[in-house]
Amino acid sequence: MKFDTVIIGGGLAGLTAGLSLQKAGQNTAIISTGQSALHFFSGTFESIEEPPQQMQRLFEEAGIRLHYERGVRLMPLGTFRESALSLEDIDIFPTPKIGRKALIINFMGYHDFFSSFLAEGLQKQGLECRVRFINLPELEKLQLSPSEMRSVQIARAMDRVWEKVVQEIRMLLKDEDVVVLPQVFGLQDTSVPGRIRQGVPARVVFAGTLPPSVPGIRTQMLLKKRYQLLGGSILMGDEAVKAHIYENRIHSIVTRNLDSHYLEASHFILATGGYFSKGLVSNPFQIYEPVFGLDVEYAEDRNTWYNPAFAEDQPYMGYGVKTDGKLHAVKDGQPIDNLFVVGSILGKTQPQFGSAAGLAVRSALAAVDEILRCTQNDGEESASNPLSF
Amino acid sequence: MKLQEYTSSKGNFEECMKCTVCTAYCPVLQVNPLYPGPKQAGPDGERLRLKDPYFFNKALKYCMNCKRCEVACPSGVHVADLIQAARIKYDTTPPKLRDQILASTDFMGSLARPFAPIVNGVTGLGITKTVLDATLKIDRHRTFPKYSGRSFEGWLKRHRKEQAAFPEQVAYFHGCYVNYNYPQLGKDLVKVMNALGIGVQLLDKEKCCGIAMITNGMSQSARKHAEHNVGVLKKAVDQGLKVVTTSSTCTFTMRDEYPSLLDVDNSAVKDSLLMATRLIYEKLEKGATLKFRADYHKKIAYHTPCHMEKMGWGIFSEKLLKMIPGVEFVMLDSACCGIAGTYGFKKENYEASQAIGAALFSQIESVNPDIVACDCETCKWQIEMSTGYPVQNPISILADALE
Repeated sequence: MKFDTVIIGGGLAGLTAGLSLQKAGQNTAIISTGQSALHFFSGTFESIEEPPQQMQRLFEEAGIRLHYERGVRLMPLGTFRESALSLEDIDIFPTPKIGRKALIINFMGYHDFFSSFLAEGLQKQGLECRVRFINLPELEKLQLSPSEMRSVQIARAMDRVWEKVVQEIRMLLKDEDVVVLPQVFGLQDTSVPGRIRQGVPARVVFAGTLPPSVPGIRTQMLLKKRYQLLGGSILMGDEAVKAHIYENRIHSIVTRNLDSHYLEASHFILATGGYFSKGLVSNPFQIYEPVFGLDVEYAEDRNTWYNPAFAEDQPYMGYGVKTDGKLHAVKDGQPIDNLFVVGSILGKTQPQFGSAAGLAVRSALAAVDEILRCTQNDGEESASNPLSF
Repeated sequence: MKLQEYTSSKGNFEECMKCTVCTAYCPVLQVNPLYPGPKQAGPDGERLRLKDPYFFNKALKYCMNCKRCEVACPSGVHVADLIQAARIKYDTTPPKLRDQILASTDFMGSLARPFAPIVNGVTGLGITKTVLDATLKIDRHRTFPKYSGRSFEGWLKRHRKEQAAFPEQVAYFHGCYVNYNYPQLGKDLVKVMNALGIGVQLLDKEKCCGIAMITNGMSQSARKHAEHNVGVLKKAVDQGLKVVTTSSTCTFTMRDEYPSLLDVDNSAVKDSLLMATRLIYEKLEKGATLKFRADYHKKIAYHTPCHMEKMGWGIFSEKLLKMIPGVEFVMLDSACCGIAGTYGFKKENYEASQAIGAALFSQIESVNPDIVACDCETCKWQIEMSTGYPVQNPISILADALE
């Protein structure tokens, strides 16, 4: 099967690239081995320093509203982190003193939201805190199997019964000016977080839960839907296993499900993520990139890959695939002309800087610009010289 | 390094990172609180079952074997295989009469076919549905698939000579549905293949692929069917033939479930067994052409059946449908329709089955297509019954759009 561009990886980077290319009129496919790191998405794009209009428009068209404010956001354990560009339901505050008094709401039997840590954290900022658990008949079914009472399961119920939560909060609310809720709203019906804010007479803050991330899954569903609407094809659950490379160009790739049916394209984008998504694989001897065997930058001495102090900066998190200045992949020291590398597989991300979402989007958009520039140049050449082939 | 290789287990269960992504995509978990969920039933439970079979949980029978957990898993764990393999290994309860009847699709088909008008009349009666509901626990809301008076095999045998005249040949695994219930799909396949200059022939007596037996606790019978089918497929492959199919589940079962769940080696035939949509796409890519009617105008919404999603070949159906001039194509969100073969026919599953499909049904209603396209016969029954929209196999749509 032939495409203009084949994207390997269906996470934030791959979907952003696919969406932009389809929008520019290309015929593309995305190969996605399982679900992506968007399922652990915090909802903010931390390494983006300026309001990126191109990206905001792209996401807006998919039904994902972003807002840009410099400030801090509330983390799942009650600490604060500097943030700027975020999903609409993630609040950004000028300072960690986000109010006077907070009412923290959790659901009975839900263990993936740390209300007491949140209370402790907010108390450190001088807020008075009250934690209350609410119960709804719609959640009783979920409580039967406590190990499966997770964010997504609750969010599915909340799409239908969020109004009851608003009623409960209104009854519980005394003189608090802040209400903290778990991020379990607006999975399918994206208007729910906004409507809760309207219904509660205090500032509503949605704080993170353990994965899967509801705002993350929502983001992924909307991006995917928009991509398919623009004509893109997704090979879900498939995996690129090897490539046919001639003279520094990728000719086609082989996937596990399509076996002898190769995918050909003028350009390829590698967006397979870091270690978790197996974009990078490590063993006791090396760190390698499994699809193309690209050059990976890492320290030779394995003892220096990690820091024994777990919470400290871990060098292996910074390792990634080598690229030239235009994000071309490098193999055996030579850049591959039509293969671009984007997202977490580039390395350079450190957890203390927050999510890799900003890197994913920025590198994807940069690669797309480069691909479109190449395609335009090729197009002009062949148009000006009809005998060029 | 060596040690890591030696410790890798069947179904990759040690690769599970407990990320819980699979639980977000399990259709059953959304509606049935008695089901422990794919993570618990699969890799988590496997660790315990290996220590002591006592930990086998009968609630694993609620798994529909849709494989959506495997498609979602970022770590390559064969979650659903682990669950089905555990059921085969540890669940010793003999299947109920009802389950045996539901699972024996080819046997029931061959019994019913000669009396098709009577059988169709009787199974359509309210009283029959009430009796079946009360005695066998087959839900009364279900519409039974109609039996056809003449089998597809009989029809193709009558056309053997003209089919043999085509220079190129394929064999066709038609499955129980085409043979007993809906021979028209088989005839549509023959029409499209003939338009490409390819003649269609039968296999040397295929049997039901056996998927319903696997999911109804009859793995011994399923294994016999698998061994038989691999044998007849091999005969065709040895003659240099490709074998095409029109059912995503039959194809998936024979390509993937035979080796992974029934330990039946299909390596000699696997690469030659293809969905017809893939073969057609590949022919067109190599330069073959199909001529379509100028007056064919349809809005078509494509539903990816679960086993098609797992096999990863939905793209061929998608690309073929998009290729027909006059088709307005809409890709539906990939979600289970809830029927899962015989699962939805059982009284105890009816409600869950409809609840699982609800999102898909309402999406279809909001898209309001002329036709829903889908490569699976049981999805067709479910979607037609639940939405009233007509459902056609992409092959039938191609046949209909041909000049």
